[in-house]
Amino acid sequence: MPGAPKVQQIPMHGIRAERIEKRLGGNDVLRGMDIDVRPGEILSILGSSGSGKSTLLRCLNLLTIPDRGDIWIHGEKLAIRAASQHGGPAAILDQRQVRKARASVGMVFQSFNLWPHKTALENVTEGPVLIKGLRRNAAADLGHHYLAKVGLSGKADSYPHHLSGGQQQRVAIARALAMEPRVLLFDEPTSALDPELVGEVLRVMAALAGEGRTMVIVTHEMAFAREVSTRAAFMHRGLIEEESPPRQFFFSPVSSRLRGFLASHR
Amino acid sequence: MDISLLLTSTLTLAGGIPLTLLLTFASLLAGLVLAVPLAFMRASSCKWLSLPVLAYTYVLRGTPLLVQLFIIYYGLGQISAIRSSVLWVLLRDPFWCCLLAFSLNGAAYTTEIFRGGIQAVSNGMIEAAQAVGMSPLQIKRRIIFPIAFRSVLPSYANEVISLVKATSLASTVTLLEITGLSRKLVSETFAPYEIFIAAGVLYLGLTFLLTGFFHLLETRLNGAPRAEARPHRVDLQQVAHE
Ligand SMILES: Nc1ncnc2c1ncn2[C@@H]1O[C@H](COP(=O)(O)OP(=O)(O)OP(=O)(O)O)[C@@H](O)[C@H]1O
Ligand SMILES: [Mg+2]
Repeated sequence: MPGAPKVQQIPMHGIRAERIEKRLGGNDVLRGMDIDVRPGEILSILGSSGSGKSTLLRCLNLLTIPDRGDIWIHGEKLAIRAASQHGGPAAILDQRQVRKARASVGMVFQSFNLWPHKTALENVTEGPVLIKGLRRNAAADLGHHYLAKVGLSGKADSYPHHLSGGQQQRVAIARALAMEPRVLLFDEPTSALDPELVGEVLRVMAALAGEGRTMVIVTHEMAFAREVSTRAAFMHRGLIEEESPPRQFFFSPVSSRLRGFLASHR
Repeated sequence: MDISLLLTSTLTLAGGIPLTLLLTFASLLAGLVLAVPLAFMRASSCKWLSLPVLAYTYVLRGTPLLVQLFIIYYGLGQISAIRSSVLWVLLRDPFWCCLLAFSLNGAAYTTEIFRGGIQAVSNGMIEAAQAVGMSPLQIKRRIIFPIAFRSVLPSYANEVISLVKATSLASTVTLLEITGLSRKLVSETFAPYEIFIAAGVLYLGLTFLLTGFFHLLETRLNGAPRAEARPHRVDLQQVAHE
């Protein structure tokens, strides 16, 4: 609950957020959320629409600036000024620090958000070239490597609008991977896809999970969350209502809301 | 109509093409250099940045280019501070006055065109760039501007073509570009019909070439679509089967 400071050690890797609050459009979207993602963990976040899952994920790399609360990325606390009582917005205090943190946290969006004027390969290499200063050649090798990894070796020179949704989302995953992030955030990566394209994206994600990567996945794919995650969390109205290993989460949930949610998503 | 006169005057007037093109491309370039930062300011949510630019584009788009040219050519010389400054070396020359007027005017239109393109870039494109750690400047340069430029290319091409035609106003301040040459030729031959038709043909030719160029540029850049990808596309076949 808000107010109670924790005296646990801050892990050097992974992400921790404490007492995150965010108000959007007059709603308290996040109401003092705590979340802790340790290296190698695969955390699935479930919850009904509007419960604040996307907002939480966006707060973790500061695409949305939380009104209050602290965030540590790989042990480094992000410098954020809290929103004032009088409605002054929260602000990033150290832009460089946040950019560095973002570069080490990959994000995959529901709507892919590929850059339409760049080929698949250019989408993947843009970050490494601009942020890490990779030479064109080295970046291209890297790009081909990650495109191959998501099964798109042959599509390097295709533009996004020539790719299917599933292919676009896999390019987006390769784009995130090419920054060699230590944590990957997925916001409903398959929700915008035609049903027959969901599988190819989930397979890529399962393979990543198998490599021991750290991942936070907001999803409505129950079977996938059950198989792949090491921990699952259920969000309800801006708070985590229940959080447990997948076996317990899916087969013996405690909260009646989670039970209802699981029943309605059978 | 005297066809041979039409042909010979077309050849004579072609001598004005270099000046017409120089005026066009020089003011195009200057206008572009001005318009890109102005467009970002104009698209900014900060009022202190966007309102002054709005005032600028409002005034320059709300008054005739000819009036602006006359103010610069006849008006600025009245100000003694300008007459005594180094600027006067340029401003007493009609060529530079034209260049200034066309650049400032073109920049105003171009700014508004680009502003539309910049504001139409979807937030998702920008967030994806932020998420890999790009700086605001990198995002503008590598993501927003290229996407915006592609989406406004057809409107920008129109603006360039209007500019070609607008350079004919330079004839009013003694420059001998295509129109200036025509007027001179008319005063010598008293054959306005053939000569102005010849001038028209030349402008038409330039417009034709430029249209072709922009068409080519568009298909060249067209690996990238004007509209962004639509992930929510409905699969018609699938619907039909259900
Ligand atoms: N920019 C915004 N302005 C106003 N309200 C917002 C904004 N973003 C989100 N909200 C509101 O905040 C609430 C939580 O939104 P959020 O997108 O985090 O939910 P979600 O759990 O991801 O839902 P979904 O499953 O539909 O993606 C919703 O009620 C939404 O309407
Ligand atoms: Mg969401």
